[in-house]
Amino acid sequence: MVWANDIIQGILVGGLYALFAAGLSLVFGVMRLVNLAHGDFSILAAYIALAIVGSLNINPFYTLILVMIVMAVFGYVIQRGLFNFAMDAGPMQAILATFGIAIIIQNLLLEGFTANSKGLDAGRIENASIKISDQVVIGWFPLITIIVSVLVLVGLQFFLGRTRMGRAFRATADNQRAAQLMGIDNRHLYGVAMALALAIVAIGGVFIGIRTTFVPSAGPIRLIFAYEAVIIGGLGSLWGTLVGGIVLGVAQVLGDHVNQGWGMLVGHLVFLAILAFRPQGLFAKQAQ
Amino acid sequence: MSLLELDDVSTGYGSFRALFNVSLKIEEGEKYAIIGANGAGKSTLLRSICGLLRTENDKIHFDGKPIGQLSPHKRVGLGISYVPEGRWVFPSLTVNENLLVGAHSRRSGMWTVDKVYELFPLLSRLRQRQALSLSGGEQQALAIGRGLMANPRLLLLDEVSLGLAPVVVEKIYEAMPAITSSGTTVLLVEQDVGQAMKFADRVACMLKGRLVLEGVSGEMEHDQIIAAYFGV
Repeated sequence: MVWANDIIQGILVGGLYALFAAGLSLVFGVMRLVNLAHGDFSILAAYIALAIVGSLNINPFYTLILVMIVMAVFGYVIQRGLFNFAMDAGPMQAILATFGIAIIIQNLLLEGFTANSKGLDAGRIENASIKISDQVVIGWFPLITIIVSVLVLVGLQFFLGRTRMGRAFRATADNQRAAQLMGIDNRHLYGVAMALALAIVAIGGVFIGIRTTFVPSAGPIRLIFAYEAVIIGGLGSLWGTLVGGIVLGVAQVLGDHVNQGWGMLVGHLVFLAILAFRPQGLFAKQAQ
Repeated sequence: MSLLELDDVSTGYGSFRALFNVSLKIEEGEKYAIIGANGAGKSTLLRSICGLLRTENDKIHFDGKPIGQLSPHKRVGLGISYVPEGRWVFPSLTVNENLLVGAHSRRSGMWTVDKVYELFPLLSRLRQRQALSLSGGEQQALAIGRGLMANPRLLLLDEVSLGLAPVVVEKIYEAMPAITSSGTTVLLVEQDVGQAMKFADRVACMLKGRLVLEGVSGEMEHDQIIAAYFGV
């Protein structure tokens, strides 16, 4: 039963990773941009929530909508104002631009909030739990996290599958030039994609800020988790990101169970094993 | 005023020049065909009209407005629809979704999903199929239907018959009267001279990036065309 509890905890952590991975996968899928600042964007969101909590003195849960809006606007502006131009210059230039933004965010946060670790205090909900048996306890907060991530994925699936803009996203992912010939303004569309990605990662950033503490330099490790989740799940597969997040989460929790501190290592090993034996990921789209 | 006016257009890819001083006028409602051998610059010409290639702004006028620097998506909004060589259907989207994406510009007009299925009955039973799984002819029909969904005033068709079986080509050309009778102007690029002459009111021939012959399709001499086509 101890193992069952670990697996359940791992699944719940996976929900969080899926929130990081979904935006990353969306941006790569639509515009083939490898966004190295994605982890730092999530940290930025957590600090924005912290600032709002500090000035309005409200529960961080309630800051979520505001943080999402701020991050979405930021995403649109930085895409139209910087990344679009970098992408015109070439894929390598685009990666470097995101890398530069990552460093700028880390250092600005360091200036503004110091290197001390901070946390978001959500009050009682953080520790409230449902006791299934003596060994299996499900925290309300992780449960909310995974429910939210499932809802986000359902929402994304609806958006991509059923709306005019969503179809434009998929058309652009298939063939960018042909999409332009349909009257799709790709620069605007890329802005919307980045806005959407950052709104989603804002949820992840605030949630992980409630769950644990964060420091300005924590972005890159989250980026790695997000990429691992995307690749384990299969590039371009929406639900794959959730499965990838869960596989990674379970691996980490089980690793930690065997030996405190092995969690991250085991997570990486599972990722490497997937890369070695099923490089297209668990849920890759049919080869085209 | 002509619907489309090209005035001394020269363009190319990087340092390679593919078009030299091309001037051309196409009237509203006209059926115009450009013929020429491989590499004569036909596709380049269409690409500079649809915006995949830019020129100086006032070298190309559409409906009196200079458009040479406009991006392709804005030209679609004005009513220029380009059906590319190689079709470029969206492989992961269904046939129906491909048509819906074609209507992204929200231009109003007679063309709807149902009208396109009426025009190409072969597409109708494939609605839910991924475009990836379509045959070449089906993809060509889909690409034309998708182009029509923008309700264009000017439809640019690039190498419609390329790589298709003759019977399939016949089927696609059978759909042309329904397209042009609605008043849509068609500018067609074709290697198949016979097909082009049969379809068009006026025909121009390109050779090595230059427009070398232009005339009314019924009145052109066979030898004249051969000479212009091969440059002999």
